[in-house]
Amino acid sequence: MKSVLAQKKPIDVPSAEIAKLEAAATAIRSVAIAAIYHAGSGHPGGALSASDILACLYGAEMNVWPGETANPARDRFVLSKGHGAPALYAAGAHFKFCSVADALTLRKLGSLFQGHPHVLDLPWVETSTGSLGQGFSVALGMALGLRLKGNPARVYTLLGDGELQEGQVWEAAMCAAHHHLDNLVAIVDYNKLQSDDKNANIMGLEPLGDKFRAFGWRVIEIDGHAISEILGAFNDARGTRARPAMIIAHTVKGKGVPFMENVPHWHGSVKLTRAQAEDSLTALGLDQTEIGGLINGSR
Amino acid sequence: MALAEAAPQLIGSSGDSLREAFGIALAGLAETYPDVVVLDADIAGGTGAHHFRKAYPTRFLQFGIAEQNMMAAAAGLAAVGLIPVVTTFAVFCLRAIEQARLSVAYAKRNVKIVASHPGLDVGPDGGSAQALEDLAAFRAVPGMTVISPADPLEMALAVKAMLDFDGPIYMRTGRSPAKRVFSDGHTFEIGKGQILRFGSDVTLVACGVEVARALQAADMLAREKIAARVVNMPTIKPIDAALLAACAEETGAIVTAEDHNIYGGLGGAVAEALARTYPAPIEFVGLNDRFGESGEPEELADHCGIGASAIADAARCVIKRKARA
Repeated sequence: MKSVLAQKKPIDVPSAEIAKLEAAATAIRSVAIAAIYHAGSGHPGGALSASDILACLYGAEMNVWPGETANPARDRFVLSKGHGAPALYAAGAHFKFCSVADALTLRKLGSLFQGHPHVLDLPWVETSTGSLGQGFSVALGMALGLRLKGNPARVYTLLGDGELQEGQVWEAAMCAAHHHLDNLVAIVDYNKLQSDDKNANIMGLEPLGDKFRAFGWRVIEIDGHAISEILGAFNDARGTRARPAMIIAHTVKGKGVPFMENVPHWHGSVKLTRAQAEDSLTALGLDQTEIGGLINGSR
Repeated sequence: MALAEAAPQLIGSSGDSLREAFGIALAGLAETYPDVVVLDADIAGGTGAHHFRKAYPTRFLQFGIAEQNMMAAAAGLAAVGLIPVVTTFAVFCLRAIEQARLSVAYAKRNVKIVASHPGLDVGPDGGSAQALEDLAAFRAVPGMTVISPADPLEMALAVKAMLDFDGPIYMRTGRSPAKRVFSDGHTFEIGKGQILRFGSDVTLVACGVEVARALQAADMLAREKIAARVVNMPTIKPIDAALLAACAEETGAIVTAEDHNIYGGLGGAVAEALARTYPAPIEFVGLNDRFGESGEPEELADHCGIGASAIADAARCVIKRKARA
């Protein structure tokens, strides 16, 4: 991947910080898998591919504070790929926006942790998503509004790669560049798979970086599982003026759970057996006590 | 009755369209409502938003011909505390209804969707441009308030009420010169209808451009000694169920009139309300499940069966049904 090497700017991050964020990503993956297991449905593949990005956003990049979810100064995050909700909830649990036990109520009747994020239930998810393409535009509107109000807060949004097939995404891509929204950072979780098959077989996206560059974006391509590269990309985005930044994060669908990695079946809303859930958590490096806590902590 | 004396007469065409009245009112209120921003998809000259653009260029946000992005971005603007007013044609609001559903209504954002060019009132642009489904579609979105004012004066009042209201609203304006229906003392409250003309034989319930036609129909019926009550129902959702029940009880027969398909709009809302309160025979004036076509609004109204004579015909028909009941 020549473009990655060409653009990757090394960033000096202490190894303890990297280790902390890697541990956060593992915690996010674990709680997401457990929540999907308890729910009996949910999309594991895209939750696992996005976990490192979420860990870096909530654990390092964004100015967000549990208990201050209405603070106007907070940065905003919009999960435009709303089906990644289990990972978002798991990130929220790890970074104290909610409890792990609450996040494990995913998709249950009466739960605040809906199948897709809903802002009326959980203010910290910032907006309701679940219909692809919309969150990107909502984030754009937030960025435009913050700029109008003279608020220096930044807006981050995570899109799926299949999501880029929605026409609305390109409407928003044109619009954000036209309005020079340098307070907007979009990240594509580019795991190359979507619901039924590879992107390339459903509706090819390449050359993806060139498309966004042609639309007027600063494009930064990275390995979406390398913490230092993710942090470096956010750093580059923050230094970008007069145009929005698109971080194309090359990822692996199902990352961290070998039997799910790169298998389209695990994109969809699936029912995990107890054995599959336990195998997944084992693969993620959890010990028997931790696994028991997440699996038997069922409600 | 006292109100009967206050019943307005048709003042005739003012030359003002509802879209112009909307744009002028919005620009006039903008200083008092500093959080209002106006979103446009390259048709500000057609929606009335050009008045706001001229007066407040920094609060006028251009989205290009891309309504889906505009609608969802409005939700984002509302999320940071602004009051976005989305302006486009009614048909293009339909194009973005899924964005209005999820990003606006599901998230309960304070977004105002203002749709010009609804119904046959669009005129010569023809069937492709004449939205006849918007009231039904937006009415079906949970939590969405739906408004269709009748004349320029009521439009100005509705714009203020809309900005004072916290929650998503879909409001129709109109393309063509609108008949003046109301005089200066008129009031507007979201969720309230008004009796414009008293009568005890039948109630004509109308919204938008059909209010003036309902008043004309009442004049026609009066010449036959039929006393038609005319109700202006500018809020389609939430419908004024109490007023409808009283009118059904007092007149025993209802005609609804709207520049819209007969399914799911004002007629549907009235029927749903009365079925639960005071069931009475109802006739529905609207497009009979067909699209429009090119022509001038008045001739189209007659051609497609939503003119004053069609309302009068429906009244005669429903009165006969009342006699059989």
